[in-house]
Amino acid sequence: MSYKDYIREEKLPLMWCKGCSHGITLASIARAMDTLKLDPEKTVVVTGIGCWGKSDDYFRTHVFHGTHGRALSFATGIKIPKEELKVLVLMGDGDGTTIGGNHFLHTARRNIDMTAIVTNNFNYGMTGGQYSSTSPEGSITSTSKYGTAEKSIDICDLAITSGATYVGRSTPYHVKQMDNLIAEAVDHKGFSMVEVTSLCPTYYGRYNYRANSVDMMKMMKDQGVKKSKYDELDESKKKECFPIGKLHQVEEEDFNTKYKKVKESIN
Amino acid sequence: MGEVKFLQGNEACAEGAIAAGGRFFGGYPITPSSEIAAVAAAKLPKVDGCYLQLEDEIASIAAVIGASMSGAKSFTATSGPGFSLMQENLGVAVIGEVPCVIINVSRGGPSTGLATKQAQGDVMQTRWGTHGDHSIIVLAPSSVQECFDLTVEAFNLSEKYRTPVIVLTDKTVGHLREDVEIKKPEELEIVDRKKPTCSPEEYKPYKPDTDMIPPISNYGDPHLQRVNSSMHGEEGFLDMSPENSQKVVQRLWDKIEKNIDDIGMIETYHMDDAETAIISFGISARSSLQAVDKARKEGQKIGLVQLKTLWPFPEDKIKEAVKDCSDLVVVELNMGQLALEVERVFRDKDVLRINKFSGEDILPGEILEKLKEVPS
Repeated sequence: MSYKDYIREEKLPLMWCKGCSHGITLASIARAMDTLKLDPEKTVVVTGIGCWGKSDDYFRTHVFHGTHGRALSFATGIKIPKEELKVLVLMGDGDGTTIGGNHFLHTARRNIDMTAIVTNNFNYGMTGGQYSSTSPEGSITSTSKYGTAEKSIDICDLAITSGATYVGRSTPYHVKQMDNLIAEAVDHKGFSMVEVTSLCPTYYGRYNYRANSVDMMKMMKDQGVKKSKYDELDESKKKECFPIGKLHQVEEEDFNTKYKKVKESIN
Repeated sequence: MGEVKFLQGNEACAEGAIAAGGRFFGGYPITPSSEIAAVAAAKLPKVDGCYLQLEDEIASIAAVIGASMSGAKSFTATSGPGFSLMQENLGVAVIGEVPCVIINVSRGGPSTGLATKQAQGDVMQTRWGTHGDHSIIVLAPSSVQECFDLTVEAFNLSEKYRTPVIVLTDKTVGHLREDVEIKKPEELEIVDRKKPTCSPEEYKPYKPDTDMIPPISNYGDPHLQRVNSSMHGEEGFLDMSPENSQKVVQRLWDKIEKNIDDIGMIETYHMDDAETAIISFGISARSSLQAVDKARKEGQKIGLVQLKTLWPFPEDKIKEAVKDCSDLVVVELNMGQLALEVERVFRDKDVLRINKFSGEDILPGEILEKLKEVPS
């Protein structure tokens, strides 16, 4: 098999805007599937709502396309009765950590064995570029024309604090790293989360940087700093960039394993 | 014969769910439904099932839907406010055609209202709570035995028609204790979902057979499944064309409404010579039954039609039962939600409403008192 076997090529071209990086992430996921030789019959791609929520259309696996913010909850139900399934949950920042924030922290806490791939473009692209919980403070969006007055969420910090057992971050510029992180996350037993910073030149880039996709890609190159290097930077320098790569991994029994032990203890 | 146990209605619902093959419960605690969760939590791990307590009712029904598509018969239990939170994803189960069972043990509202008290105010919430046009199946037990039997039936109907089914009970039925026969699995008729018979390459998740119901491939099966909450074509991909949208909504409606003879269940009591018929459901039907007995002793020709199926409204069966009655009396613990439907169907008959929304049940004596208003 090749990574292309996981993609429904008949559904191409992709529906996303020119300059959007979702296609890069989509291919990276397909390559990770190929690296791990996932069986499409035993793989479920679960999506929420928004631009990235359309990604299930392109996967030749089982899929579930549900409501805004609830992808992890559907996925939790999917995983528990059939442990052998590989479950990949594709959400955006609005979907995964804004409307779905509560489900995000509880799914991480339960350590359900699945992989969340959160593409973070710092705004709601599909609905017209409104601010989300990850828009940096002061962001200009269609609903914060004078700058947001809210602090933003760091998705990776939230995942680690909530109990995720694998957390990584990459960017569309660092494609090889993204391929490896996603493959490692899917292979990890327990709740894994990979944040992929995402380019939205149509809204976020245009409003905040007057930037096109190429400019934004250069920003990703400059701002994404390997975790080991990032940790050595001064606090003032850290504010100008963000750490990428594997940020956190611990071995811990996942929910199904623990629940099986409960069952064995009573039967 | 199965084992006879002295149980609460809520406990009987949980027993019924497990007897019907229910193996996944996803829920969030809420009075007065909590005993269903407690029994499910105690029993499911013993039958290789799973009880999962989620962070809210939104996640609960979502997990139930996901688990069902992985092949586990799945259910949840809640009460009015929790049921409201489930409404968005109830729509997912409708359009995604996912079998599952939601038990709503209703209590007084609106809002937090009378959180620990009795009401039947969710008749219309079960019918029209989620958005958009759709049909729905709602069953309403009025005894502990019916809690068991109708929960089994709810699972069967949900599997057969590939749809969510709601069991609507109330605080009094849920907490009532009575003898109930817990039938053995071999004594029960259990319906399982229809699986595809075509090759995996040919499978289309939403291509209906002539019975209007598409076969289900579960996650993990060779036939790739695409559950889609958005308007979709037979392959499960987005299709918002006017032709497809019209066709899909019509089929979702027809697969239930055109099988009303199979789904619609009523019980009649003293209806052979009745001149006046009480129409009721749930605990109010139990009060009505006693009122009928007392009225009969005084020589009044009164009968009872108890609705076991509230939706789709079994109007032909009710019409047949009450064809010789000049008066109808609708008894319910709300301001007249079921009466609205009865009045719609029976425009040629006088419909008297007996309602209460104080948080207490309607007593048989109160029904008898109101019946005096029926012109003799």
